[in-house]
Amino acid sequence: MAHAATHDHHDEHHGAPSNFFTRWFMSTNHKDIGTLYLIFSLTAFFVGGSFAMVIRAELFKPGMQLVQPYFFNEMTTMHALVMIFGAIMPAFVGLGNWMIPLMIGAPDMALPRMNNLSFWILPFAFALMLSTLFMHGGGPAGGWTMYPPLSLQSDSLAYVVFAIHLMGISSIMGAINIIATILNMRAPGMDLLKMPVFVWSWLITAFLLIAVMPVLAGAVTMLLTDKYFGTSFFNAAGGGDPVLYQHVFWFFGHPEVYIMILPAFGIISEVIPTFSRKPIFGYKAMVFAIASIAFLSFIVWAHHMFAVGLPLGAEIFFMYATMLIAVPTGVKVFNWVSTMWGGSLTFETPMLFAIAFVILFTIGGFSGLMLALVPADFQYHDTYFVVAHFHYVLVTGAAFAIMSGTYYWLPKWCGHMYSEFWGKMHFWNSVVWVNVLFFPQHFLGLAGMPRRIPDYNVAFANFNMISSIGGFLFGASQLIFLGVIIHAVFFSKKKAPDRVWEGARGLEWTVPSPAPHHTFALPPVIHDDELAHGHVED
Amino acid sequence: MGQQQGAYFVPAKSQWPIVAAVVMFLTVFGAAHWLNAAPGEAGFGKTVITIGFIGILLMFFGWFRSVIHESLAGRYDAQVDRSFRMGMMWFIFSEVMFFAAFFGALFYTRMFSVPWLGGDGHGVLTHQFLWNDYTAAWGAGGGNGPGNIGGSFQTVVPWGLPLLNTLILLTSSVTVTIAHHALKSGHRGKILVFLGLTVLLGATFVYAQAHEYMEAYKELNLTLHSGVYGSTFFMLTGFHGLHVTLGTIMLAIIWLRVLKGHFSPEHHFGFEAVAWYWHFVDVVWLGLFMFVYIL
Repeated sequence: MAHAATHDHHDEHHGAPSNFFTRWFMSTNHKDIGTLYLIFSLTAFFVGGSFAMVIRAELFKPGMQLVQPYFFNEMTTMHALVMIFGAIMPAFVGLGNWMIPLMIGAPDMALPRMNNLSFWILPFAFALMLSTLFMHGGGPAGGWTMYPPLSLQSDSLAYVVFAIHLMGISSIMGAINIIATILNMRAPGMDLLKMPVFVWSWLITAFLLIAVMPVLAGAVTMLLTDKYFGTSFFNAAGGGDPVLYQHVFWFFGHPEVYIMILPAFGIISEVIPTFSRKPIFGYKAMVFAIASIAFLSFIVWAHHMFAVGLPLGAEIFFMYATMLIAVPTGVKVFNWVSTMWGGSLTFETPMLFAIAFVILFTIGGFSGLMLALVPADFQYHDTYFVVAHFHYVLVTGAAFAIMSGTYYWLPKWCGHMYSEFWGKMHFWNSVVWVNVLFFPQHFLGLAGMPRRIPDYNVAFANFNMISSIGGFLFGASQLIFLGVIIHAVFFSKKKAPDRVWEGARGLEWTVPSPAPHHTFALPPVIHDDELAHGHVED
Repeated sequence: MGQQQGAYFVPAKSQWPIVAAVVMFLTVFGAAHWLNAAPGEAGFGKTVITIGFIGILLMFFGWFRSVIHESLAGRYDAQVDRSFRMGMMWFIFSEVMFFAAFFGALFYTRMFSVPWLGGDGHGVLTHQFLWNDYTAAWGAGGGNGPGNIGGSFQTVVPWGLPLLNTLILLTSSVTVTIAHHALKSGHRGKILVFLGLTVLLGATFVYAQAHEYMEAYKELNLTLHSGVYGSTFFMLTGFHGLHVTLGTIMLAIIWLRVLKGHFSPEHHFGFEAVAWYWHFVDVVWLGLFMFVYIL
């Protein structure tokens, strides 16, 4: 059925892409828009990464080394905003754009023009946000969470707030599109419980996005009116409360954390079965675990605020609710390990990243569990322990999953194999240096080094130097990633077969590599043995 | 709900998305520049925001025109229709969550921050050391916080204009439903009358709301600066009023489209989407009337 599924004679409107401008700026094609998202994300990854290099360079030794404190604060703020909203989220949307229609047998996304708008808002939003770095008065420097009253002192607040509004509009439209695509565009026979786990994870993530991005918009709108229009939401003299901002922000912020990890779970749940040559262990448990994590994400937000002076009852509720999340997450880790158990494993680059994900994400999960304990959190709060924790879940979690997915699907996108040797070089360098970078930060945090400072006590010098060396080398390792991608797309001579990986199942492997501009113009016929995760018993 | 036989309508390449991104950027860039301009300084913010805003209007006109053309040309089958329905539904849900943020702020300040400032619960020390002469109260005489921000004010009496506005919006929900039933049974004259009535009721609501604002500012000294009471009052009712204004414009456009015969008894999602939106602003108003005006 491989080539029957492909439809390469189109009517006049849908012909092969014409000139550069029309193809890339006016696209309604999920693959081209997915590519745009991925290129944007990779660019943001290096921009945000360069900010991180500034941070690590300043922290290489105690004392003020290279930059002014205000600039350092701008770097920590912008590093977070660029990585979260520019690198991680668009990467997942790009992967979703490319793969969801291919995985469910749809001709395209449900709302293709809106899809293009979702993408094109992003470069403008980031131009608006990054431009503040060059403005009189500088960019935002109060941390990516923008807590008032500090954030209200910044001249750039309006630019950042409007940039966040734009990114929110983009995310909401992207999420609506993904929901409509998954619920309305599946090929006949692709029942909900036959969908690949990646598709499930995106469906659930999309609901999270629609529910919380508007809340973020509301929170930053209140900042805007407090600064420019004289409202008192966060002003105690007027009856408001700065802590109110933290509640509204983290009502968005905690689901946001899962927005950045659930699609990663989905990718890992595709890669591990392929290279274990077994269907995933506990398919339904995986789906239910993702859904439970998503539900719990709405009732744990105040664990980011334990040290702010919450009533005792709230501290206890949010502590236990947070620890509950370990249960479905444990189910997922157990199932990934069980999928590998007894499988015929091979260790190509995507699988290496996936295995590193399972181990290192679990470390990040455990430090998260430590942070969930109220009495312990009073010690860890706002220290480098927190920095170490969320970099383990975001770098070795989300970013490693994105890299795993990129190596996994790259041959399907460009039609050529990447260099396995350089892929493995990238992996081993990344996995070694990322631990040199972030593991010592646990010790720094436990010893009491606060986050978001440009200078520190000499007692913290050694671990900071080790961390900085790890940071520079981890940053340099990512240039290998860039090289591997450029080589595979433009120079690789090795053609990729339709089914790129021996153990791969699912509709995306039934279309040619590279996937033609239009696929599944007519819905494919689904055979159970083609399904990504085998036949699921009801 | 899988895909039916036949090809899904995938639109041709379109310039509208990139145009939309540009004009949205111009609007917010102009707005940010305007907000940051030094007092008395002209700057280019106003010019850019005006260009951006006009651009947004033109973009909507152009984008919807092409969609309406495709719809009239019969390019949309039942599956495309379902995608549109899902899109509108989840868009409205995102709007609900936007209002939820402001309702959350209202409940938090009323239930927690204002009583705490008055010495309740764990706010006892703040009260003792900073504002020990403050007695917590919502509304007049306390709702603007211990700093009496914005000066003493009076609240809007719910049983005057707000009650009238409630009746107006509820009536408009009935008229739009009558128009929908008329559309389904193909009585165009009846649609035009009842949809026209809905537009008029919407416009009346906006007018009454503007009148109420002027009265609040002039007679009651209730302004956006009136502490957190004024903040929540004007932000909630203001965003709602903005949504009613948009909804009224949308209804008016639908009225014109009915006049041009764009809808059939079976195929009129444009009408339904706007009707859904209208019911949404109606429900938000009921929440406002209850929690902002009465309680």
